[in-house]
Amino acid sequence: METQTNSRLADLYAMMRRIRTFEERVGELFVRGQSAGSMLHLSIGEEAAAVGVGTAMRDGDTFTTHHRGHGVFLARGADPRLMMAEIAGKETGYCSGKGGSMHIADMKLGHLGANAIVGGGIPFVVGAGLAARQKSSDSLSVAFFGDGATGQGILYESMNMAALWRLPVLFVCINNQYGMGTRIDNATADPDLYKRAIPFGLRGASVDGTDVEAVAEIAGKMITDARAGKPGFLVVDCYRFYGHARMDKSPYRDDAEESEGRLRDPVIKARETLISRGEIDGSSLDEMDQNIAAEMDATIDFAADAREPQLDSIFDDVYDPSTPPPESVRGRLARILGQRQ
Amino acid sequence: MGKTTYRDALRQALSDSMTTDPNVVLIGEEVGRYGGAYGVTKGLIDEFGPDRVIDTPISEPSIVGAAVGAAMSGLRPVAELMYVDFIGMTMDQLANQAAKIRYMFGGQIGVPMILRTQGGTGRSAGAQHSQSLEAYVMHTPGLRLAMPATVSDAYHLLRQSMAQPDPVVFIEHKALYATSGELDDQTPVVPWGKAHVPRQGDDLVIVTYSRQLHYAISAADTLAKDGIEATIIDLRTLNPLDIDTIRTHVERCGHAMVVSEGVMTAGVAAELAARISEECFDFLENPVIRIAGEDIPISVSPLLETNSVPTPELIVDAARMMRS
Repeated sequence: METQTNSRLADLYAMMRRIRTFEERVGELFVRGQSAGSMLHLSIGEEAAAVGVGTAMRDGDTFTTHHRGHGVFLARGADPRLMMAEIAGKETGYCSGKGGSMHIADMKLGHLGANAIVGGGIPFVVGAGLAARQKSSDSLSVAFFGDGATGQGILYESMNMAALWRLPVLFVCINNQYGMGTRIDNATADPDLYKRAIPFGLRGASVDGTDVEAVAEIAGKMITDARAGKPGFLVVDCYRFYGHARMDKSPYRDDAEESEGRLRDPVIKARETLISRGEIDGSSLDEMDQNIAAEMDATIDFAADAREPQLDSIFDDVYDPSTPPPESVRGRLARILGQRQ
Repeated sequence: MGKTTYRDALRQALSDSMTTDPNVVLIGEEVGRYGGAYGVTKGLIDEFGPDRVIDTPISEPSIVGAAVGAAMSGLRPVAELMYVDFIGMTMDQLANQAAKIRYMFGGQIGVPMILRTQGGTGRSAGAQHSQSLEAYVMHTPGLRLAMPATVSDAYHLLRQSMAQPDPVVFIEHKALYATSGELDDQTPVVPWGKAHVPRQGDDLVIVTYSRQLHYAISAADTLAKDGIEATIIDLRTLNPLDIDTIRTHVERCGHAMVVSEGVMTAGVAAELAARISEECFDFLENPVIRIAGEDIPISVSPLLETNSVPTPELIVDAARMMRS
């Protein structure tokens, strides 16, 4: 969908609104029983991280995400219909219904994969950075992950390697304050996460995740540095508006905290800024929102109507298609017991 | 104690163990305030406090490693791995450390810890949250392996595991937490290391464990209508393995099938089939048949997921082929 306007912030707003609305529709898909399972992790409240960093990247750059990566993928150009179909486990989806929300990927858009193992995709960007250098490409690779991943040793191993080898890599920690039900100050003795860049010699910064322009600006600078062999670690501070996954009503935090946290809204902030600056008026923004709502409504019907995977596709893509697939249990039974009869 | 659920029976076992032994501590992601990803430890932090029900950062290797060190230092830790799929990250601490310490150190010390985790399909949770990885554990000398199928064993097998002198990996099944059944919390059905035989027939032995026990029972009901009477063996523990019970029944019936949700190749089913073939060769009228997970990752698509692992229909079809 085309949302280009004459205002850069309006474009960033439009993408954030698309992510917000998409995530709301993912929730509806779940309620309608169309999603494949309940493992749906929404990024509502975190849109500025996805859009601010995403807009500072360019075609040919690659990235990995955590399990809460719908927003990042949309910000990098994903088709929301194909995303929704994948979340519904349909053949039409990005990964033929095999991956789902937590394993969505698209090599054409440089998405090296969402991940259901905390920290699992982070070291890929080290390899992508090595490949870029080997091939004399100026592409960059970005690892997106949550504050929960700062508990994983693999993050620090990857940070060390990126710094040691001066790779074109950016680590982006989307600090939504919660790893599942554990608040960051219960998971680490020093929640000032950007400081972790220092001992490795990485560029380190922390930015207000309600301000998409600020995120885009700092990400732009850090990406320029990273392409020049000075990798960085960027922390985007925000608030996870809803529970860990769709079933989680977040009983571990009180209502007052949640209400206050939801005031830290990057979408509303961008909207208010646009109006106060006179870049665009409220009715134009309403119209934009309505168009986006219609686009995202259509993704639900698209996913619901999409084809189920064929049962015999179950053996496809374990190995390269030029090689034989694994033998099925039923096939083996027929071979072994059939010949004895 | 009456009717309860698999989830509540597990919680009761943890609570009773903690009440009996002040050295028991729980350590893992979301075990405290959240109450466990599947609700097993709900309320235990209120009962026993945060020093004994310890929420951790997302740091699986160090959770397991800390449990090893705690066990070597006089505690009896119950570490929790939220999904068995994360065992890859902890494999060094589990396989190189916990499993080998007694042997490497010449028998000076054991590592009496439990690693509680859960696995299996059934929630459309995708390739990294649906696996059955018990073969990794069974392939590692030094580790015990328990996999409860019933409400009674959710309680008793966990209590029995807590009494072991060596590390026990205790793998629950995510599709069983809500199942209910009778629990007599005073009397285990069978002792540690012994299989349970919930059904006896003369035509075929089905050796299984965990959720597949229920599929096997359902299949046996169907087969009985055809006049095929199956014996069902619920192994309960894969290490130790109760080969005596298996042998007794296979020698009597002459036909054996093993059923496992884990992938077939080099899996638990392969080990069981090899053992039965070696031990009961002269009594077998058919090859031992393995019914196991397909040799593929698990898809998020519910249709593909369901067909990635054995179903009651598959067990019935295989049994009919064996006995036709």
